Amino acid sequence: MISLNINDQNYNIDADPEMPLLWAIRDLVGLTGTKFGCGVAQCGACVVHLNGEAVRSCVTKVSRAQNQKILTIEGLSKNNDHPLQLAWNEADVPQCGYCHSGQIMSAAVLLREKPDPTDEDIDQAMSGNICRCGTYPRIRKAIHMAAEITRKGGMAK
Amino acid sequence: MIKLKNLLKGHTGIMRIAYIMVIMLSLVTIMAFALHDDHKPVEHEKKIVVVKDSVASVAAFKKVYRVLMSPRCMNCHPSGDIPLQGDDSHLHTMNPQRGVEGKGVFAMKCANCHQPTNTPGKNTPPGNPNWHLPPANMKMVFQGRTPYQLAKQLVNPKQNGNKDIKKLIEHADDGLVLAGWNPGEGRTLPPMSHAEFKKAWITWLTTGAYAPKNNLTFFQKTT
Repeated sequence: MISLNINDQNYNIDADPEMPLLWAIRDLVGLTGTKFGCGVAQCGACVVHLNGEAVRSCVTKVSRAQNQKILTIEGLSKNNDHPLQLAWNEADVPQCGYCHSGQIMSAAVLLREKPDPTDEDIDQAMSGNICRCGTYPRIRKAIHMAAEITRKGGMAK
Repeated sequence: MIKLKNLLKGHTGIMRIAYIMVIMLSLVTIMAFALHDDHKPVEHEKKIVVVKDSVASVAAFKKVYRVLMSPRCMNCHPSGDIPLQGDDSHLHTMNPQRGVEGKGVFAMKCANCHQPTNTPGKNTPPGNPNWHLPPANMKMVFQGRTPYQLAKQLVNPKQNGNKDIKKLIEHADDGLVLAGWNPGEGRTLPPMSHAEFKKAWITWLTTGAYAPKNNLTFFQKTT
């Protein structure tokens, strides 16, 4: 059995230690907000936080994540009210929506480390998250909005 | 009075024995330290002997240079702040940045994709527990360096990560250096074995670490 701590809850799963964390999160634990995109760490759809870092869960083995702190899109806020989620909603960012849990999880690391990012910071932080609908201008706008929401008292995880 | 004299005599005897014991203990202690010193060099120090030989040194560096300029080494010693990728050493897709410590920035840190081990399959991230570029304050650039420039740079502590000859020799067995010979599926290996590289590296360093002439190039273009 492998012990995973996801969104502050412990799960004991019967899995091969080599299994990608993404499979464990989606198929064994049942949290399907994190998406499968490319399977080779090229697109960013599967980003979750492992001890606060934006790992690509499709190539991260469960053995690396064992007994570590994992955060998925479902755990980013209790009421979908993380400043990024509020901003994403306000700016109507998604088109098809498939990549956006990964986009938001990457943006959350950026805002934690740089609460008021420049456009260049956003480019550097988000260049590993691909959106085939091309929502990049709205992603940029929403990250700036989220920074402002946080400045005005919202919470950033 | 007689009793007191005898007592004092007895006391003097005890004191003598005590003095002798102190001297003997001191001798044992000194001998122990002396023996310890005899063993110390065997355990900790292996003296590096440098015998200057410019011809042998430059010949060895020719091999070293071929390895260091191969994609497996040069790709993580870029001239810019974005690592290189592939056997053609193109800029790493997604433009990950070096960052202050050489470990990336924000959501684009090396270890977010590069796992402790190679990920199976082609076009997947190669892995190492310590995947990184040289830090921003010591970039250790290989890309674009001539043999002369690279040789000079490698032995300059201000440009090589403060390494002396001992540390340079040890660096041949660094985990990330060794990863060049375990690059994951679909990537070419450096142009010689690690053992051959290490031998050339040590030969170059222990024959004086001579730099080739400034205008010398080791690569000949083929058409």
